[in-house]
Amino acid sequence: MTRPFLRRPEALLGGAILLALILIAGLAPLIAPGDPLAIAGRPLIPPFTDAGLPLGTDRLGRDLLAELIHGARTSVAVGLSAALVAVFAGMTVGTAAGFAGGAIEAALMRIVDAFQIVPGFLLALAFVSVMGPSLWVVVLAIALGAWTGPARLARARVLSLRESDFVAAAKVMGMSPAEIAFRQIMPLALPPVLAVASVIVAAAVLTEAALSFLGLGDPNSVTWGAMIAEGRNQLRSAAYLSIIPGIALVLTVISTYLVGEALTDSLTGRDKR
Amino acid sequence: MTLLQARGLTKTYPGARRIRALDDVSFEIAPGETLGLIGPSGCGKSTIARVLTRLTEPDAGTIQFDGQDWGGLKGRTLRRARGAMQMVFQDPGAAFHPRATVSGALCEPLRLHAIAPRSDWPDHVERLLTQVGLSPELAPRPLSALSGGQRQRVAIARAIAPRPKLIVLDEAVSALDASVRARVLDLLAQLQREMGLAYLFVSHDLAVTRALSHRIAVMEAGRIVETGPAEALLAAPRTEILRRLIAAVPTIHTEKVSS
Repeated sequence: MTRPFLRRPEALLGGAILLALILIAGLAPLIAPGDPLAIAGRPLIPPFTDAGLPLGTDRLGRDLLAELIHGARTSVAVGLSAALVAVFAGMTVGTAAGFAGGAIEAALMRIVDAFQIVPGFLLALAFVSVMGPSLWVVVLAIALGAWTGPARLARARVLSLRESDFVAAAKVMGMSPAEIAFRQIMPLALPPVLAVASVIVAAAVLTEAALSFLGLGDPNSVTWGAMIAEGRNQLRSAAYLSIIPGIALVLTVISTYLVGEALTDSLTGRDKR
Repeated sequence: MTLLQARGLTKTYPGARRIRALDDVSFEIAPGETLGLIGPSGCGKSTIARVLTRLTEPDAGTIQFDGQDWGGLKGRTLRRARGAMQMVFQDPGAAFHPRATVSGALCEPLRLHAIAPRSDWPDHVERLLTQVGLSPELAPRPLSALSGGQRQRVAIARAIAPRPKLIVLDEAVSALDASVRARVLDLLAQLQREMGLAYLFVSHDLAVTRALSHRIAVMEAGRIVETGPAEALLAAPRTEILRRLIAAVPTIHTEKVSS
């Protein structure tokens, strides 16, 4: 018997962290009002020494906690949007390829191959440097390297589903190919794709941080990657500037993975064996 | 007058052994008539069902149906015309979308063939369920909660929903157990009387085919080897394959002896 999602320890731990993160991200303007990039005090106050600035300040005297909270906003927003775009694009292309078959399938899957050959981060880097850094460009750039996984999974699932009797029955009934592919078959191909979606979210959060670290993130929003990049200059004197956003990043990615693992197990019944 | 006329249907499946599934097959079905199509497994009878319903394209041959060049219809024209020829599949567990409810499955043909305005669908679903001998209370249930016999009745209800003239029954009662099978056969006969339906009854089981068929066509290795009125054909089998099929049904022997 497969354990339900909410009865798994990894789901509860990961889910709790992720929920807290999403709450913090959503409520950032309430928890840490004002501009997180404004100067809040003396520069380079170490953490846990000033009650008003619990995590201290950076080189320019900005509140590290406020930056961290607002950075969560960017990470969550970019991670989720990129995964959403990737899953949607991948599902559509994969379903169309699997259902159509023949030349259309061959053409679509070669495009998938072409995207898969180029490392996702390189693709994102190239896209952002051409389009200019803004939140939506970063989302698209990350999705560009992540949609091929969902496309392959969806195609494989659709290939096995399209020969089913219920598809033949829908054809005999007079249903159009588009409706059969996208309304009848695609929802059934979703569970395996949903299971990898969390991995995509985690990867997207990391890619976003890496882009920001290289200075290719949206310059108008605080991001953990940019915080680490700035802290790098004080790595010997004030390592906490890089370590604190680093810990936030690690926690986010780990909790997403944990939720993903639990989701995969309960959706596919993997631990039944 | 014929409802359906198939001429020279030929189909070879590609592959190493190039199996000839259909070899110059011709037959006719009159309105309101049941043609039983019988033969051993792999003789091509299911291919005929799939070719008639345009799920598989033949390599050669023509199909005239309902006064149209059925085999030449394409795209939207074909989809609109499909209401006139429906199909019931062998496995009632696989013939529905895995997440469909009874009413959801029955509303699809109503929507696709504009049988009734959306507001009248619940009434239609209720009537269809009553027609196939099911309780209208089943309407909101998921199909997965129904028994095999109930599901096959829903499949029949779905097939009659667009008011077809011909229903292709591809081993439609083979997956049901004996008592359920007899009642589903009764239902099919009753619907035929009420609606003037024609059936192509594809089966490997002579006893079942005989119960419903007016005429029977016997297939072997992709060809129709013998055809004629059901009782006359069974009384005087001319081919070895039909003799073997009759021998495989002990009930027919005992009946013949006792009569």
